[in-house]
Amino acid sequence: MKGMTIIVKTISSWVKVLIFLFGIYIVLFGHLPPGGGFAGGVILASSYVLLMLAFGRELAQKNLPVTLGSKLDCAGAFAFALIAVLGFAVSGVFFANFLHQNGWARAHLQSGPFQLISSGTIPLSNIAIGLKVGASLFLVIFCLSICRRGKGFSLDVLDTPNKKGPETSEK
Amino acid sequence: MEMFYILLLFILIAAVVAVETTDLLSAVICIGAIGFGASLMFLFLRAPDIAITQIVVEVLGLIILIRATISRDLTFISGDKEFFGTVVSVVIIFVIFLAGLRVFDTLPDFGTPIYAEVPDAASQTYIKEGLNQTGAANIVSSVILDYRAYDTLGEATVLFTSIIGATVILRERAKKLLEDSDE
Repeated sequence: MKGMTIIVKTISSWVKVLIFLFGIYIVLFGHLPPGGGFAGGVILASSYVLLMLAFGRELAQKNLPVTLGSKLDCAGAFAFALIAVLGFAVSGVFFANFLHQNGWARAHLQSGPFQLISSGTIPLSNIAIGLKVGASLFLVIFCLSICRRGKGFSLDVLDTPNKKGPETSEK
Repeated sequence: MEMFYILLLFILIAAVVAVETTDLLSAVICIGAIGFGASLMFLFLRAPDIAITQIVVEVLGLIILIRATISRDLTFISGDKEFFGTVVSVVIIFVIFLAGLRVFDTLPDFGTPIYAEVPDAASQTYIKEGLNQTGAANIVSSVILDYRAYDTLGEATVLFTSIIGATVILRERAKKLLEDSDE
Protein backbone atom coordinates (compact mmCIF):
# COMPACT_ATOMS: atom_id res chain seq x y z
CA MET A 1 0.00 0.00 0.00
CA LYS A 2 1.66 3.20 -1.16
CA GLY A 3 -0.40 5.95 0.35
CA MET A 4 -3.90 7.09 -0.51
CA THR A 5 -5.62 8.44 -3.63
CA ILE A 6 -4.28 11.30 -5.77
CA ILE A 7 -6.79 13.78 -4.30
CA VAL A 8 -5.52 13.21 -0.78
CA LYS A 9 -1.92 13.33 -1.98
CA THR A 10 -2.35 16.65 -3.82
CA ILE A 11 -4.14 18.37 -0.97
CA SER A 12 -1.80 17.11 1.72
CA SER A 13 1.26 18.18 -0.28
CA TRP A 14 -0.11 21.73 -0.04
CA VAL A 15 -1.35 21.54 3.52
CA LYS A 16 1.66 19.86 5.16
CA VAL A 17 3.82 22.96 4.67
CA LEU A 18 1.20 25.19 6.27
CA ILE A 19 0.85 22.81 9.23
CA PHE A 20 4.62 22.75 9.71
CA LEU A 21 4.81 26.56 9.56
CA PHE A 22 1.96 26.85 12.05
CA GLY A 23 3.83 24.51 14.41
CA ILE A 24 6.96 26.64 14.15
CA TYR A 25 4.88 29.75 14.86
CA ILE A 26 3.26 28.17 17.94
CA VAL A 27 6.67 27.12 19.27
CA LEU A 28 8.47 30.43 18.62
CA PHE A 29 5.67 32.69 19.86
CA GLY A 30 4.83 30.50 22.85
CA HIS A 31 5.61 33.25 25.33
CA LEU A 32 3.32 35.84 23.68
CA PRO A 33 -0.04 34.35 22.54
CA PRO A 34 -1.47 31.05 23.82
CA GLY A 35 0.62 28.10 22.75
CA GLY A 36 3.98 26.79 23.73
CA GLY A 37 6.52 24.08 23.20
CA PHE A 38 4.29 21.10 23.83
CA ALA A 39 1.39 22.09 21.57
CA GLY A 40 3.73 23.30 18.83
CA GLY A 41 5.75 20.11 18.98
CA VAL A 42 2.64 18.00 18.59
CA ILE A 43 1.63 20.09 15.55
CA LEU A 44 5.09 19.57 14.04
CA ALA A 45 4.76 15.84 14.59
CA SER A 46 1.27 15.81 13.10
CA SER A 47 2.55 17.33 9.84
CA TYR A 48 4.88 14.35 9.48
CA VAL A 49 2.06 12.00 10.43
CA LEU A 50 -0.03 13.51 7.62
CA LEU A 51 2.88 12.88 5.26
CA MET A 52 3.08 9.30 6.50
CA LEU A 53 -0.65 8.64 6.15
CA ALA A 54 -1.01 10.22 2.69
CA PHE A 55 2.18 9.13 0.94
CA GLY A 56 3.10 5.95 2.75
CA ARG A 57 5.70 5.18 5.31
CA GLU A 58 8.72 5.15 2.98
CA LEU A 59 8.51 8.83 2.04
CA ALA A 60 8.16 9.94 5.65
CA GLN A 61 11.11 7.78 6.53
CA LYS A 62 13.15 9.33 3.73
CA ASN A 63 12.28 12.82 5.00
CA LEU A 64 12.97 12.12 8.64
CA PRO A 65 14.90 8.88 9.27
CA VAL A 66 14.51 7.18 12.62
CA THR A 67 18.13 7.82 13.58
CA LEU A 68 17.76 11.55 12.85
CA GLY A 69 14.48 11.61 14.78
CA SER A 70 16.03 10.00 17.83
CA LYS A 71 18.97 12.41 17.60
CA LEU A 72 16.58 15.39 17.51
CA ASP A 73 14.70 13.92 20.46
CA CYS A 74 17.87 13.58 22.52
CA ALA A 75 19.07 17.04 21.43
CA GLY A 76 15.83 18.65 22.62
CA ALA A 77 15.96 16.91 25.99
CA PHE A 78 19.64 17.79 26.36
CA ALA A 79 19.04 21.45 25.47
CA PHE A 80 16.26 21.75 28.05
CA ALA A 81 18.43 20.21 30.76
CA LEU A 82 21.33 22.43 29.66
CA ILE A 83 19.22 25.58 30.09
CA ALA A 84 18.34 24.43 33.61
CA VAL A 85 21.98 23.72 34.51
CA LEU A 86 23.12 27.03 32.98
CA GLY A 87 20.66 28.79 35.28
CA PHE A 88 22.30 26.98 38.18
CA ALA A 89 25.79 27.93 36.99
CA VAL A 90 25.03 31.60 36.35
CA SER A 91 22.47 32.55 38.99
CA GLY A 92 22.90 29.78 41.54
CA VAL A 93 19.32 28.44 41.22
CA PHE A 94 18.28 25.48 39.10
CA PHE A 95 16.02 26.75 36.27
CA ALA A 96 16.79 30.41 37.05
CA ASN A 97 15.80 32.73 34.21
CA PHE A 98 19.37 34.02 33.96
CA LEU A 99 18.89 35.92 30.70
CA HIS A 100 16.09 38.01 32.18
CA GLN A 101 17.26 38.48 35.77
CA ASN A 102 20.78 39.50 34.79
CA GLY A 103 20.78 43.23 34.12
CA TRP A 104 23.49 43.20 31.45
CA ALA A 105 21.90 40.40 29.42
CA ARG A 106 18.53 42.09 29.75
CA ALA A 107 19.87 45.37 28.40
CA HIS A 108 21.94 43.97 25.55
CA LEU A 109 20.21 40.77 24.40
CA GLN A 110 16.53 41.55 24.95
CA SER A 111 13.98 44.04 23.80
CA GLY A 112 11.00 45.06 25.91
CA PRO A 113 8.00 42.96 26.86
CA PHE A 114 5.58 41.79 24.16
CA GLN A 115 8.51 41.47 21.74
CA LEU A 116 9.65 38.23 20.12
CA ILE A 117 13.08 38.35 21.77
CA SER A 118 12.12 38.83 25.38
CA SER A 119 11.57 36.94 28.62
CA GLY A 120 15.01 35.36 28.79
CA THR A 121 15.21 31.59 28.65
CA ILE A 122 11.49 30.92 28.13
CA PRO A 123 11.60 30.99 24.27
CA LEU A 124 14.75 28.84 24.33
CA SER A 125 13.02 26.28 26.57
CA ASN A 126 10.00 26.40 24.26
CA ILE A 127 12.20 25.58 21.26
CA ALA A 128 13.88 22.71 23.12
CA ILE A 129 10.59 21.22 24.27
CA GLY A 130 9.03 21.64 20.83
CA LEU A 131 11.94 19.78 19.22
CA LYS A 132 11.76 17.05 21.82
CA VAL A 133 7.99 16.53 21.76
CA GLY A 134 7.76 16.67 17.96
CA ALA A 135 10.54 14.16 17.35
CA SER A 136 9.41 11.76 20.05
CA LEU A 137 5.73 11.73 19.06
CA PHE A 138 6.72 11.13 15.44
CA LEU A 139 8.90 8.24 16.61
CA VAL A 140 6.06 6.72 18.64
CA ILE A 141 3.63 6.79 15.72
CA PHE A 142 6.29 5.51 13.36
CA CYS A 143 7.11 2.56 15.63
CA LEU A 144 3.44 1.75 16.17
CA SER A 145 2.64 1.91 12.46
CA ILE A 146 5.55 -0.34 11.55
CA CYS A 147 4.78 -2.95 14.17
CA ARG A 148 2.33 -5.53 12.89
CA ARG A 149 0.83 -8.15 15.10
CA GLY A 150 3.25 -10.93 15.96
CA LYS A 151 6.09 -9.18 14.20
CA GLY A 152 8.45 -6.62 15.61
CA PHE A 153 10.80 -4.43 13.65
CA SER A 154 14.49 -3.78 13.71
CA LEU A 155 15.87 -0.27 13.64
CA ASP A 156 18.83 -1.47 11.56
CA VAL A 157 16.51 -2.49 8.74
CA LEU A 158 14.86 0.90 8.72
CA ASP A 159 18.07 2.79 8.15
CA THR A 160 18.87 0.93 4.93
CA PRO A 161 15.56 0.91 3.05
CA ASN A 162 17.03 -0.60 -0.15
CA LYS A 163 17.91 -3.86 1.49
CA LYS A 164 15.64 -6.49 2.93
CA GLY A 165 15.73 -7.39 6.58
CA PRO A 166 17.35 -10.83 6.51
CA GLU A 167 20.18 -9.72 4.22
CA THR A 168 21.32 -6.95 6.52
CA SER A 169 21.11 -9.17 9.55
CA GLU A 170 23.27 -11.77 7.81
CA LYS A 171 25.90 -9.21 6.99
CA MET B 1 -23.02 29.20 30.15
CA GLU B 2 -25.93 26.98 29.01
CA MET B 3 -23.75 25.87 26.13
CA PHE B 4 -21.24 24.63 28.67
CA TYR B 5 -23.74 22.34 30.36
CA ILE B 6 -24.98 21.07 27.00
CA LEU B 7 -21.36 20.14 26.21
CA LEU B 8 -21.03 18.45 29.60
CA LEU B 9 -24.14 16.36 28.91
CA PHE B 10 -22.79 15.48 25.45
CA ILE B 11 -19.50 14.30 26.97
CA LEU B 12 -21.34 12.20 29.56
CA ILE B 13 -23.47 10.52 26.87
CA ALA B 14 -20.39 9.88 24.73
CA ALA B 15 -18.58 8.33 27.70
CA VAL B 16 -21.49 5.99 28.47
CA VAL B 17 -21.74 4.96 24.80
CA ALA B 18 -17.97 4.37 24.64
CA VAL B 19 -18.17 2.00 27.59
CA GLU B 20 -21.35 0.19 26.61
CA THR B 21 -20.95 -0.30 22.84
CA THR B 22 -19.69 -3.60 21.48
CA ASP B 23 -18.06 -2.13 18.37
CA LEU B 24 -14.45 -1.11 18.94
CA LEU B 25 -14.46 1.56 16.22
CA SER B 26 -17.56 3.24 17.70
CA ALA B 27 -15.90 3.25 21.11
CA VAL B 28 -12.80 4.95 19.66
CA ILE B 29 -14.92 7.58 17.90
CA CYS B 30 -16.81 8.25 21.14
CA ILE B 31 -13.48 8.77 22.93
CA GLY B 32 -12.61 11.30 20.24
CA ALA B 33 -15.92 13.06 20.84
CA ILE B 34 -15.09 13.26 24.55
CA GLY B 35 -11.72 14.82 23.78
CA PHE B 36 -13.03 17.43 21.35
CA GLY B 37 -15.86 18.29 23.75
CA ALA B 38 -13.29 18.73 26.52
CA SER B 39 -11.23 21.10 24.36
CA LEU B 40 -14.38 23.18 23.67
CA MET B 41 -15.06 23.23 27.41
CA PHE B 42 -11.58 24.58 28.05
CA LEU B 43 -12.34 27.37 25.59
CA PHE B 44 -15.52 28.22 27.51
CA LEU B 45 -13.48 28.26 30.73
CA ARG B 46 -11.09 30.77 29.08
CA ALA B 47 -8.06 28.49 28.98
CA PRO B 48 -6.91 28.66 25.33
CA ASP B 49 -3.48 27.11 26.06
CA ILE B 50 -5.04 23.95 27.42
CA ALA B 51 -7.60 23.93 24.60
CA ILE B 52 -4.89 24.03 21.92
CA THR B 53 -2.90 21.26 23.59
CA GLN B 54 -5.98 19.13 24.17
CA ILE B 55 -7.25 19.35 20.58
CA VAL B 56 -3.82 18.65 19.06
CA VAL B 57 -3.06 15.68 21.29
CA GLU B 58 -6.59 14.37 20.70
CA VAL B 59 -6.07 14.38 16.92
CA LEU B 60 -2.81 12.43 17.19
CA GLY B 61 -4.27 9.99 19.70
CA LEU B 62 -7.31 9.38 17.51
CA ILE B 63 -5.07 8.65 14.51
CA ILE B 64 -3.14 6.04 16.52
CA LEU B 65 -6.30 4.46 17.96
CA ILE B 66 -8.17 4.31 14.65
CA ARG B 67 -5.19 2.81 12.84
CA ALA B 68 -4.79 0.23 15.58
CA THR B 69 -8.52 -0.60 15.48
CA ILE B 70 -8.77 -0.91 11.70
CA SER B 71 -5.73 -3.16 11.41
CA ARG B 72 -7.26 -5.67 13.81
CA ASP B 73 -9.32 -8.50 12.39
CA LEU B 74 -11.71 -8.60 15.31
CA THR B 75 -13.49 -5.30 15.93
CA PHE B 76 -16.42 -6.56 17.96
CA ILE B 77 -16.33 -7.32 21.63
CA SER B 78 -18.20 -10.44 22.63
CA GLY B 79 -19.00 -11.98 25.98
CA ASP B 80 -20.73 -10.72 29.11
CA LYS B 81 -19.38 -8.55 31.87
CA GLU B 82 -18.44 -10.19 35.12
CA PHE B 83 -21.09 -9.54 37.75
CA PHE B 84 -18.64 -9.47 40.67
CA GLY B 85 -16.30 -6.97 38.98
CA THR B 86 -19.19 -4.62 38.14
CA VAL B 87 -20.51 -4.67 41.73
CA VAL B 88 -17.05 -4.03 43.19
CA SER B 89 -16.35 -1.09 40.86
CA VAL B 90 -19.77 0.47 41.54
CA VAL B 91 -19.21 0.18 45.31
CA ILE B 92 -15.73 1.72 45.06
CA ILE B 93 -17.04 4.63 42.95
CA PHE B 94 -19.87 5.20 45.45
CA VAL B 95 -17.44 5.31 48.41
CA ILE B 96 -15.17 7.77 46.59
CA PHE B 97 -18.23 9.87 45.70
CA LEU B 98 -19.29 10.01 49.38
CA ALA B 99 -15.78 11.10 50.39
CA GLY B 100 -15.68 13.64 47.58
CA LEU B 101 -18.99 15.26 48.58
CA ARG B 102 -17.31 16.90 51.57
CA VAL B 103 -14.48 18.15 49.35
CA PHE B 104 -16.90 19.68 46.86
CA ASP B 105 -18.31 21.91 49.63
CA THR B 106 -14.96 23.61 50.13
CA LEU B 107 -14.29 24.21 46.43
CA PRO B 108 -15.12 27.59 44.87
CA ASP B 109 -17.97 27.81 42.38
CA PHE B 110 -17.50 26.09 39.06
CA GLY B 111 -15.54 28.26 36.63
CA THR B 112 -14.43 30.78 39.29
CA PRO B 113 -10.70 30.94 39.92
CA ILE B 114 -9.52 30.25 43.46
CA TYR B 115 -7.87 33.65 43.91
CA ALA B 116 -11.30 35.24 43.97
CA GLU B 117 -11.80 33.68 47.41
CA VAL B 118 -8.25 33.57 48.75
CA PRO B 119 -6.62 37.00 48.33
CA ASP B 120 -3.01 35.95 48.97
CA ALA B 121 -2.99 32.79 46.84
CA ALA B 122 0.13 31.96 44.84
CA SER B 123 -1.71 32.44 41.55
CA GLN B 124 -2.33 36.06 42.49
CA THR B 125 1.43 36.63 42.66
CA TYR B 126 1.92 35.04 39.27
CA ILE B 127 -0.70 37.26 37.68
CA LYS B 128 0.59 40.46 39.28
CA GLU B 129 4.34 39.89 39.05
CA GLY B 130 4.60 37.47 36.13
CA LEU B 131 5.32 40.01 33.43
CA ASN B 132 7.83 41.85 35.62
CA GLN B 133 9.73 38.84 36.88
CA THR B 134 9.88 36.73 33.75
CA GLY B 135 9.08 39.14 30.90
CA ALA B 136 6.69 36.69 29.25
CA ALA B 137 3.36 38.14 28.16
CA ASN B 138 1.73 34.70 28.32
CA ILE B 139 1.30 34.00 32.04
CA VAL B 140 0.76 30.27 31.46
CA SER B 141 4.09 30.06 29.66
CA SER B 142 5.83 31.97 32.43
CA VAL B 143 4.40 29.55 35.00
CA ILE B 144 5.24 26.29 33.24
CA LEU B 145 8.71 27.33 32.08
CA ASP B 146 9.87 29.58 34.91
CA TYR B 147 8.02 29.28 38.20
CA ARG B 148 7.11 25.62 37.83
CA ALA B 149 9.81 24.47 35.42
CA TYR B 150 10.54 21.36 37.50
CA ASP B 151 7.11 20.10 36.48
CA THR B 152 7.96 20.55 32.80
CA LEU B 153 11.27 18.76 33.30
CA GLY B 154 9.41 15.83 34.83
CA GLU B 155 6.95 15.79 31.93
CA ALA B 156 9.81 15.81 29.42
CA THR B 157 11.46 12.94 31.31
CA VAL B 158 8.26 10.89 31.25
CA LEU B 159 7.91 11.40 27.49
CA PHE B 160 11.57 10.52 26.91
CA THR B 161 11.28 7.32 28.95
CA SER B 162 8.11 6.29 27.15
CA ILE B 163 9.82 6.70 23.76
CA ILE B 164 12.72 4.54 24.90
CA GLY B 165 10.25 1.95 26.18
CA ALA B 166 8.27 1.91 22.93
CA THR B 167 11.31 1.55 20.69
CA VAL B 168 12.85 -1.14 22.89
CA ILE B 169 9.70 -3.23 23.30
CA LEU B 170 8.70 -3.10 19.62
CA ARG B 171 12.09 -4.08 18.28
CA GLU B 172 12.53 -7.35 16.52
CA ARG B 173 15.84 -8.16 18.11
CA ALA B 174 14.39 -7.90 21.60
CA LYS B 175 11.59 -10.30 20.64
CA LYS B 176 14.12 -12.74 19.22
CA LEU B 177 16.15 -12.54 22.42
CA LEU B 178 13.02 -13.22 24.44
CA GLU B 179 12.12 -16.22 22.31
CA ASP B 180 15.64 -17.61 22.63
CA SER B 181 15.57 -17.25 26.39
CA ASP B 182 12.22 -19.05 26.49
CA GLU B 183 13.62 -21.98 24.58
